[in-house]
Amino acid sequence: MTERVATTPGLYPLPDWAKETLSDLKGHQKGDLLSGDEGAEITEAYDEVRAEYVDEQLEAGLDRVVEGQGRWDDMIAHPLTIHDNVETGGIVRYYDNNNFYRDPRVIGELDFSGDVAADLEAAADVLAGDAPLQAVLPGPYSLADLASDEHYGDEAEFLAAVAEFLAGEVDAFPDHETLFLLEPSLIESPPAEGTEERATDAIRTVADATDAEVVVHTYWGALEEKLYAHLVDEAGADALGLDLVAGDRDDTVYNVQEYGSTDSLALGLVDGQNTLVEEPETIADRVEWFESQVPVDSFETTYLSSNAELFHLPSNKSTEKLVALAEAAEVVE
Amino acid sequence: MVRNPDANREQFRPHDHPNESFLLTTVVGSYPKPKWLNRADELVEDPGSKFDHDHLEEAHDDACRLITNEHERAGLDTVVDGEMRRNEMVEFFAERIPGYEFNGPVKVWGHNYFDKPSVVEEVAYDEPWLVDEFEFTSNVAEKPVKVPITGPYTLGFWAFNEAYPSTEELVYDLADLVNEEVERLVEAGARYIQIDEPALATTPEDHAIVGEALERIVSGIPEEIRIGLHVCYGDYSRIYPEILEFPVHEFDVELCNGGYEQLDVFKQPAFTKDLALGVVDVHRKEVESVEAIEANIRKGLEVVPPEKLTVSPDCGVKLLPREVAYRKMENLVTAARNVEAALDAGELDHVTAPAPADD
Repeated sequence: MTERVATTPGLYPLPDWAKETLSDLKGHQKGDLLSGDEGAEITEAYDEVRAEYVDEQLEAGLDRVVEGQGRWDDMIAHPLTIHDNVETGGIVRYYDNNNFYRDPRVIGELDFSGDVAADLEAAADVLAGDAPLQAVLPGPYSLADLASDEHYGDEAEFLAAVAEFLAGEVDAFPDHETLFLLEPSLIESPPAEGTEERATDAIRTVADATDAEVVVHTYWGALEEKLYAHLVDEAGADALGLDLVAGDRDDTVYNVQEYGSTDSLALGLVDGQNTLVEEPETIADRVEWFESQVPVDSFETTYLSSNAELFHLPSNKSTEKLVALAEAAEVVE
Repeated sequence: MVRNPDANREQFRPHDHPNESFLLTTVVGSYPKPKWLNRADELVEDPGSKFDHDHLEEAHDDACRLITNEHERAGLDTVVDGEMRRNEMVEFFAERIPGYEFNGPVKVWGHNYFDKPSVVEEVAYDEPWLVDEFEFTSNVAEKPVKVPITGPYTLGFWAFNEAYPSTEELVYDLADLVNEEVERLVEAGARYIQIDEPALATTPEDHAIVGEALERIVSGIPEEIRIGLHVCYGDYSRIYPEILEFPVHEFDVELCNGGYEQLDVFKQPAFTKDLALGVVDVHRKEVESVEAIEANIRKGLEVVPPEKLTVSPDCGVKLLPREVAYRKMENLVTAARNVEAALDAGELDHVTAPAPADD
């Protein structure tokens, strides 16, 4: 019997009040963005945002609660852009979106930061055990892909260093049930043929740092089949996350048919980039459609999720999608 | 439909133009709003204030007079009102097109947000979008008025599409609406329309969709109405020479910002449209000297002969301080007149430009 778990990849849009409050407190320019040493007023505003995110997820009835990553000004590049040995360069495009982040230029050793752990501690405090906590991090492959290396000097060495850095961060996390590693770069700029293992080694380094269930979440299309096979076998993931919204979902089904899958899977069923809110029944149909195509009697766990981060949406629609996901997990057969 | 730029350019030559040569000077559209106008925009939202929508309209009228006049003082051959009535290039139109709804701001970067609308049902044409704006500006201007309109590709792709099976289909429906608006503008006397498609710069593989949309926009529009297309900074090699097939008279491109690195893209095959060349940078606060702008204009003459060269800033200048924006316009015009004089005097050799198709 497959367990259905409603969750999200995090990175929620700031509530509208916080968009205003924080832009007033911080400013609009590149130099005004978070560097990880914000003062009391800003910290307080983010505390309030975090509490709102937690309440919203509990109210929606999600099975995993994320911190919400309100502080992540630079989207999934955040763990680097606030690091002491990283300088932020120009504003660069965030994948194929009308979104931009500060280019993290790594100029020194990626030693322990503890920034994400502190946020997770704060979320755990608010949550007070009312639901299982889910940690969210960029996967090492994507984080290295989004950054510029001006210290390590070698691509493989840099990727390994980013993985070690993330593993060190995970090590400091409070208890968490699940860890989502966001890896859109595996689809948007996949490793060159022959270097797949380098990517999967890096992911495994991070996955090994926790006892929690690890989901390697990919989005913005289907994985190349060879890379998919490597990820299933070598990444140390309990579940791969697959996008059934963007791109060709038949390619994704084909990958699972041909190469099998991890014992659990995360499915991107809700469009994180369109305001049209899916009906719970529609989401449930998508789960059933997918499961009927693949030669597996049951998975240990199927995570019902949005494909991409939810910050692409206005706040009200993001909230509605949380509710739809939670209800879908109840509806699905 | 092929459009012949020679058919309509002369109508913009001022009667008292000092030179035989004529480099059409223009702007892309937006201009810094006076501080008081921003305050007025905020004040009308304040329930405790007596400042109401009639007052705001008066403020907008005043600002349009002011900025239109500022463009004329700078000596431009064609002017706009600086888009004083417009808030944002998608929002302004989405508010006027049935089928769109707003759900709140979405993040672009950091704490910069965009009120990205959703298309929730088939889009439709209701009231004219820009006819009042055009008529007002036209009445206060002595020079011909150019009308910038956000293009259907940008209006479609910079929105959430909830209603159409594909965004391409939404774009074509929007193009039909833009066509209707252009017809109304032409009836009201507009002679120079500029379609703005900044989204094309981010997804250049979609140039065929933009081409089809433009065919719809110009359908039934007479040849003497000048149609321009503005595309912001991007990789032009990915849309050239395909864009030469577009049914427009003029391309307005941002090249100054990139130091004319991409200029050669437009040399082969020969540029058959009029080139509206960005000759001042809108991202730098330093005002370019007249000599520097003259050098930029001469870059344009490497691509087209003078009778096909239009001179403009790279993009809308709204992010510059107002004083800087004005001085850039002023220097731009002076530089254009200087280059014209040099051309008249035979001091500039423009035969390096490919000969225009004269068949």
